[in-house]
Amino acid sequence: MTTVYVPLDSVAVAMDANAVAEQLTKAGAVVIRNGSHGLAWLEPLVEVENGSERIAYGPVSPTTVADLIANGFLHRPLIEHPLCRGPIGSHDFLQTQTRLVFDRIGRDSPLRIPDLADVLQALTMPPDDLIEIIETSGLRGRGGAGFPAHIKWRTVRQTDAPRKYLVCNADEGDSGTFADRLLLEGDPFRLIEGMVIAGYATGAHHGVVYLRSEYPIAETIFKQALEIAYEHHLIGPNVLGSDFDFDLELFVGAGAYICGEETSLLESLEGRRGQIRVKPPVPAISGLLSMPTLVHNVISFASVPAILRLGGEVYRDLGVAPSSGTMSFQLAGNIKHGGLIEVPFGITLRDLVEGYGQGTLSGRPFKTLQIGGPLGAYLSRGELDTPLTYEAMADIGAGIGHGGLVIFDDTADLAEQARYAFEFCELESCGKCTPCRIGSVRGKETMEDIISGRASDQEFNIIDDLCEVMDRTSLCQMGGMTPIPVRSAMERFPEDFRQGTRA
Amino acid sequence: MTEDDIRTQIAPHQHKLGGTIHALHQLMRAYGYIHPEHLPIVADVFNISVAEVRGIVSFYEDFKTHPPARTTIRICQAEACQAVGSRVLTEELETIFGTKLGIPRSDIELEAVYCLGLCASGPAVQVNDRLIAKASAEKLQVPG
Ligand SMILES: Cc1cc2nc3c(=O)[nH]c(=O)nc-3n(C[C@H](O)[C@H](O)[C@H](O)COP(=O)(O)O)c2cc1C
Ligand code: SF4
Ligand code: FES
Repeated sequence: MTTVYVPLDSVAVAMDANAVAEQLTKAGAVVIRNGSHGLAWLEPLVEVENGSERIAYGPVSPTTVADLIANGFLHRPLIEHPLCRGPIGSHDFLQTQTRLVFDRIGRDSPLRIPDLADVLQALTMPPDDLIEIIETSGLRGRGGAGFPAHIKWRTVRQTDAPRKYLVCNADEGDSGTFADRLLLEGDPFRLIEGMVIAGYATGAHHGVVYLRSEYPIAETIFKQALEIAYEHHLIGPNVLGSDFDFDLELFVGAGAYICGEETSLLESLEGRRGQIRVKPPVPAISGLLSMPTLVHNVISFASVPAILRLGGEVYRDLGVAPSSGTMSFQLAGNIKHGGLIEVPFGITLRDLVEGYGQGTLSGRPFKTLQIGGPLGAYLSRGELDTPLTYEAMADIGAGIGHGGLVIFDDTADLAEQARYAFEFCELESCGKCTPCRIGSVRGKETMEDIISGRASDQEFNIIDDLCEVMDRTSLCQMGGMTPIPVRSAMERFPEDFRQGTRA
Repeated sequence: MTEDDIRTQIAPHQHKLGGTIHALHQLMRAYGYIHPEHLPIVADVFNISVAEVRGIVSFYEDFKTHPPARTTIRICQAEACQAVGSRVLTEELETIFGTKLGIPRSDIELEAVYCLGLCASGPAVQVNDRLIAKASAEKLQVPG
């Protein structure tokens, strides 16, 4: 019997992978549901084991799979078939990546317990040595702010407290991002390994993964992975036979973007409204239940095993220090080849958009991209040669955020995008401070006037003032960064804002 | 839905971290929405005020206070889907069903959602529990 891999990932499933899998089972194949390799435009990407090779076909639909079966693809490779992609590992999109976090993804069932040598090795080392390796590696948080990881690790380790916690931020609310989802659905043990090592290094014995409720498949897979991890003693008392105990649980959010902000997330975890807490104290000193808490994004924790395997220096030298290591970029929106691209920092926007992405999906000219989620900047064609490092992005007034790039073709109206930025802030504001709560509403209304052509210079001045006030006086980055998409759009595409103005 | 039933639903979550959220999720699963009668019971179990429970319910999108429609269609309104036509798709579906985003109805309700993680394969839509990528009116099998 032939073994066939059909992803269980959300994109594949949303493109009818379950029906494809069913047909393959009926045709007598042994179907393994794997994670996605991250080539979104090829999903469902079906791989057939022919001898020692795995031949990929995609995108496969319930209709085309019937044709493939009829043509005998379960018995011999159909190299000439238009959907045949050859062995997926040699696909340009994958072969040129440096996959350290996503190294295992797509290879097997996400619920097969992996080789745990990295964790075993870590548990024999003094915790301070582990933190030193993280420091050498230059790892910075992948959730958005890019804060050096080792500072938080050391703070949690050195703060005296009866209990310490790890919290994994899997709230992934930014449009254009799906790296956390891919990992949770496709290789949940990678995250668990990273959290166990981080728990041991910081002296935390309890971990929580805060997952957004919009990811039901990730929830199902991760729950099962936790059970399997307990059975194999990767978590629980005496992790892998050591004297380190570590509990890990899953918490599912309830539909609030702001809960991705770490203090709002902690409030939510404690069962309240996700209202922002005033910092200081930082969570590393007083976080969950007022205990020292290491909060990291999924990809930050999941980077840890590779860092230990390679060593801090090798990892650091991969990027462009102080933007060290690999970053998991995500190409989304109007893009021909969307998906996940894990490469060292320093790649240019153009290499991602035109190289990996192959330009717009519509075939129309590229107009802009938004980088770093809804609070990120809109950039222009002229900026495509900027390298993706925290520093080079800051120089052009942008950030990398969680690594999402949303591509727009020339039909995009940046005034509408700026209006949306205010609207999103209005919808998702936690309501705690005035500049964000009221400013977003005023901004949206004023932008509507501008779009309708009813505006004069006065409206533009109002936008300027609002952005200034929100930027300077908001309690958190929700209100504080909403001016970034607004201003970047106005600066780079002024013509979109001046249509029909009376001024 | 007796008080005992409701308490039975909530009880397993009483001592959990963030138990109120767990409990409200459970009530959503069991009853489809949070009924006004649920509030004092949740308040009692978690030893907080009814106002506090109401505050939690109103803060989170997932906690609805009206019965669900037979079919709920969630349409992603976020940027990556905007870039591939979610605004037009939303208008089309509004016209087809003669309703607007966010209007509670018993048959079909259109709901805004902000990202389903299908951003490389938009527009993204969810019909009850089913995820649909590259969505169109045609693909949703509604007459266009
Ligand atoms: C409005 C807002 C939303 C955020 N959403 C997320 C999120 O969805 N996921 C995430 O990891 N970090 C998010 N962050 C950043 C977190 O506050 C925090 O910096 C991060 O989880 C720390 O992890 P890291 O060190 O691994 O980056 C958000 C921040 C803000 C201001
Ligand atoms: S900026 Fe907005 S989200 Fe942040 S604390 Fe103020 S009101 Fe809340
Ligand atoms: S933006 Fe629509 S699914 Fe992410």
